[in-house]
Amino acid sequence: MHITSPHSARPPEPRGRTPRARAGAALAAVATLGLAGCGSADASEEEIVVAIVANPQMQDAISLQEKFEEEHPDINVRFVSLPENEARAKITASVATGGGEFDVVMISNYETPSWAENGWIENLQPYIDQTEGYDDDDFISSIKSALSYEGDMHSVPFYGESSFLVYNKEMFEEAGITMPEQPSWTEIQDIAARLDDPANDVSGICLRGLAGWGEVMAPLTTVMNTYGGGWFDEDWNPTLTSPETTRAVTDYVNLVQEHGQAGPATSGYGDCITLYSQGQTAMWYDATAMVSTIEDPSSSNVAGQNGYVPAPTMETDAAGWLYTWSLAIPSTSEHKDAAWEFVSWMTDKDYIQLVGEEVGWERVPPGSRYSTYEIPEYAEVSEAYAEPTLTAMNNATQENTFTYPPPFEGIQFVAIPEFQDLGTRVGQQISAAIAGQVTVEEALEQSQAYAEDVAAVYQRQDGE
Amino acid sequence: MTTDTLAPPANPTDTDRTTRPARPGGRRARSAALTAFTWLVALVFFMPVLWMVLSSFKQEADAASNPPKFFFTPTLDQYAAILNAGTGEYFLNSAIATVVSTLIVLVLAVPAAYAVSIRPVGKTQDVLFFFISTRMLPVVAVIVPIYVVAGRIGVLDNIGTLIFLYTAMNLPLAVWMMRSFFQEVPKEVLEAAQMDGASLMTTMRTILLPMVAPGVAATALLCVIFSWNEFFFALNLTAVNAATVPVMLVSTMTSEGLFLAQLSAASVLASLPVVIAGWIAQKQLVRGLSMGAIK
Amino acid sequence: MSTTVNTSTSATRSAAAAQHARKDVWLRRAPLLPALIFTIIATQIPFLITIWYSLRSWNLLNPDSDVFVGFRNYIGIFTDSTFRQVAMNSVLYTLGCVLLAMLLGIGLALLLDRKFIGQGVVRTMLITPFLIMPVVSAILWSISMFNPSYGLVNWIIGLVGISPIAWTSQFPFLSVLIALVWQWTPFMMLLVLAGLQSQPKDVLEAAQMDGASALHTFFYITIPHLRRYIELGVLLGAIYVVNTFDQIYLMTAGGPGTQSANLPYYIYQRAFLGFDIGQAAAMGVVVVIATIVIATVALRLIFKSFMSTEQ
Repeated sequence: MHITSPHSARPPEPRGRTPRARAGAALAAVATLGLAGCGSADASEEEIVVAIVANPQMQDAISLQEKFEEEHPDINVRFVSLPENEARAKITASVATGGGEFDVVMISNYETPSWAENGWIENLQPYIDQTEGYDDDDFISSIKSALSYEGDMHSVPFYGESSFLVYNKEMFEEAGITMPEQPSWTEIQDIAARLDDPANDVSGICLRGLAGWGEVMAPLTTVMNTYGGGWFDEDWNPTLTSPETTRAVTDYVNLVQEHGQAGPATSGYGDCITLYSQGQTAMWYDATAMVSTIEDPSSSNVAGQNGYVPAPTMETDAAGWLYTWSLAIPSTSEHKDAAWEFVSWMTDKDYIQLVGEEVGWERVPPGSRYSTYEIPEYAEVSEAYAEPTLTAMNNATQENTFTYPPPFEGIQFVAIPEFQDLGTRVGQQISAAIAGQVTVEEALEQSQAYAEDVAAVYQRQDGE
Repeated sequence: MTTDTLAPPANPTDTDRTTRPARPGGRRARSAALTAFTWLVALVFFMPVLWMVLSSFKQEADAASNPPKFFFTPTLDQYAAILNAGTGEYFLNSAIATVVSTLIVLVLAVPAAYAVSIRPVGKTQDVLFFFISTRMLPVVAVIVPIYVVAGRIGVLDNIGTLIFLYTAMNLPLAVWMMRSFFQEVPKEVLEAAQMDGASLMTTMRTILLPMVAPGVAATALLCVIFSWNEFFFALNLTAVNAATVPVMLVSTMTSEGLFLAQLSAASVLASLPVVIAGWIAQKQLVRGLSMGAIK
Repeated sequence: MSTTVNTSTSATRSAAAAQHARKDVWLRRAPLLPALIFTIIATQIPFLITIWYSLRSWNLLNPDSDVFVGFRNYIGIFTDSTFRQVAMNSVLYTLGCVLLAMLLGIGLALLLDRKFIGQGVVRTMLITPFLIMPVVSAILWSISMFNPSYGLVNWIIGLVGISPIAWTSQFPFLSVLIALVWQWTPFMMLLVLAGLQSQPKDVLEAAQMDGASALHTFFYITIPHLRRYIELGVLLGAIYVVNTFDQIYLMTAGGPGTQSANLPYYIYQRAFLGFDIGQAAAMGVVVVIATIVIATVALRLIFKSFMSTEQ
């Protein structure tokens, strides 16, 4: 009765044996508990509150905060770490209403330009220019321009990502399947069907299904784009019920329902990380940032046995997205200088070194700086994926990933303020379709209605 | 005196009633079967809690195993990890918000209940209706103004804000409960005291309060339960400085992968104060839950 | 507790000094005022602001959008099919949870209303779900019980050959409902148990003497006696259950889609994920009005219940 199945969800892989694993366990504990204990109330100390998204790289940063505090004994850092949807809600509400709870917030290339325009976040360019050795030309150029408003950076990247497809080489060899160099979605469907092995708790592919524009809608939008569909056409007409979009969504939903992970409608990035690194799925199409976790032997059972190919395509040359988690300072912060000290520490070249040495080179936050890819130790561990990552990031432009020139910025999102809401509501519909609660057609029709509201509002505002 | 039957089991007044449906023949066997059935149902019902407690003593790999592990070497690692991770501040925040708001509720509710029950003036019913109607309103309808106003006056992530809101949340309940306790005080006792020329204050302190003391305790217990378990305001209005235990649990959920054993340990610790208080004060609980309608 | 007395008395005194003529009325009213004023400030002012917001078109992300739009937000609500759906969910959650919990509660109370070995322990076990923090109960059900790969429920149904079910995504409404019923059954059980134990014994004995069967006694004496307790449990339960947020937030996030969202969760989402403050406020106002209408009816019943207990 008490025998652990070899395919249990969490294989018995105790954290806490090697120093690094112990650090991993400690950081997890610390991250999850939000570091309540570090509040030594020294009157001379300045306290800054940092709101971040609970992704692995951020948790590494939390685990390394002692290093920062050693260098800056007068600054006390406290973290609020929440899952993506919740973090976004809390950060946006706080910044937009001038709540002032946070001194540093983690946002993305979606928010940065409009928040800068609204004057909600500080212009970081003066700080950057004053900070010696903080090389902002080293930031990957597509990322740097995405985080700039009127030529000045308003947030600085912690990591950048595109999307690609990872596959488990051992499973492919066992099944005698070869992954094409640039797969199409049709080929992926075929391979997923062959590798799907429910009897052994292995699914053909893992795809996000969790509602949320930053969850299911990110990969799905790239699929829609490469099928020739998308959110809006050149004239802002919603195209969520167009034949191309319908085909893309139908294929995605069918694929994840038939050959995807268990409980697809509630799995997000975090769930796929767990499943893929425990060897419970053969393929996974998601953010390039996944490598930090799945190539780390202390948290992954499949480290070193992964192959990477570009995002599957249909009608376009490339299909990957461009995304970056970046740090900004809300204008309401009363500790801007201390906040910048922390922001610059967490996004500087030295931090990359620090993570490499303290936590492990495979856990370095990727895709933010060119110099990261020149570090020999990193080049060594990242041999399998450094090249695919950089290629994916370089190809992640609208020209490569759309069949038509869209009237908005963004690849996997539409950079208008209303998109956050629209994406969330459409994400709910898609998630419902994945769960089998509604048909794809029903979901898309309701989504189209939401998008029409937004388009009308947006066109009206545009016309003013 | 019927309330006494709610107190722990060995109550002699129960005996005659339990024999009520008895028929001489299969009585004992039927009774044993019924007892076994009751135990079974209770265990099924209690299973999720039991499972959580068991999981909290497991290593992570055992906690999330399939099939589930019923036999394992218990460990305190998860509790140690939770306690070492500096959860103290969350518990302190929860304790402050709970205790202070409960005290304020009592300070406000006891005189108010006195006013509507012992010496009521007109429109008592309207006032009572108003109090209870505020408890029915969805808090979500007012969260946005509260958030915006709190932001403007700089009291977001402030324990005082939670205390204020928890007081507002529990006050109607407390007024209703205390009212029912005051109503049990015999009028003659008060009249006698007034005849003796005792001041209102003296009457209250020496006669009334001792008589309603159990009611105050029951009211306090309910306020404590609701404040300690409150999540919605804490989620939206706190960040780090005033974050309470439920908020800590939610951020525990969100780390990379699942730390089920650790989460279970945190859950056990979070629930323990209220569960124990409720276990001890089962009798008061019933009266509190019915806002004094059931004695 | 002496502070309580002092506060109220000094308030009483100053009020009395100011109002010589109506001294007695004020003396009686004064102790009520602090609580009343506090409640008005804490609950009515935010609500007035909510009404104000509901007449404006304010998207938090778009500062220019904050203009007066009259009742446009309200019109939007009544054309939103999702709003209707979540409103229906709210009703179903409330009715479903209250009725199921009441039926189970009556059953459990009947089982408990006899003397047996370990009665105290059994009762203590049974009331525990109500004491558990709702956040914990949500975590417990969504992860320990309903997790598709290692949840206890799937293991148990696996024993009888049913293949694993992704509970919170395939049956989100049911999953949340189960967690809610689990939490609220003890509440109902305690109220009904109090009712059972307050039955006048002489009546029961008389019925027995007259040769009434146990079943007969139950339906013609016990049930009518319990009616007041059941009504009270249903009404109080409904007040709390209709505002459920924690379980939905943590177990399904209202999803998939909005399948398992209720009104509080949907309004929260419109406000804190959609940042459509005007629309969220208008929904809040609509819900408050609906609640007041329903509550007025319900409170009459409650009052009847409460007043009759005082005889």
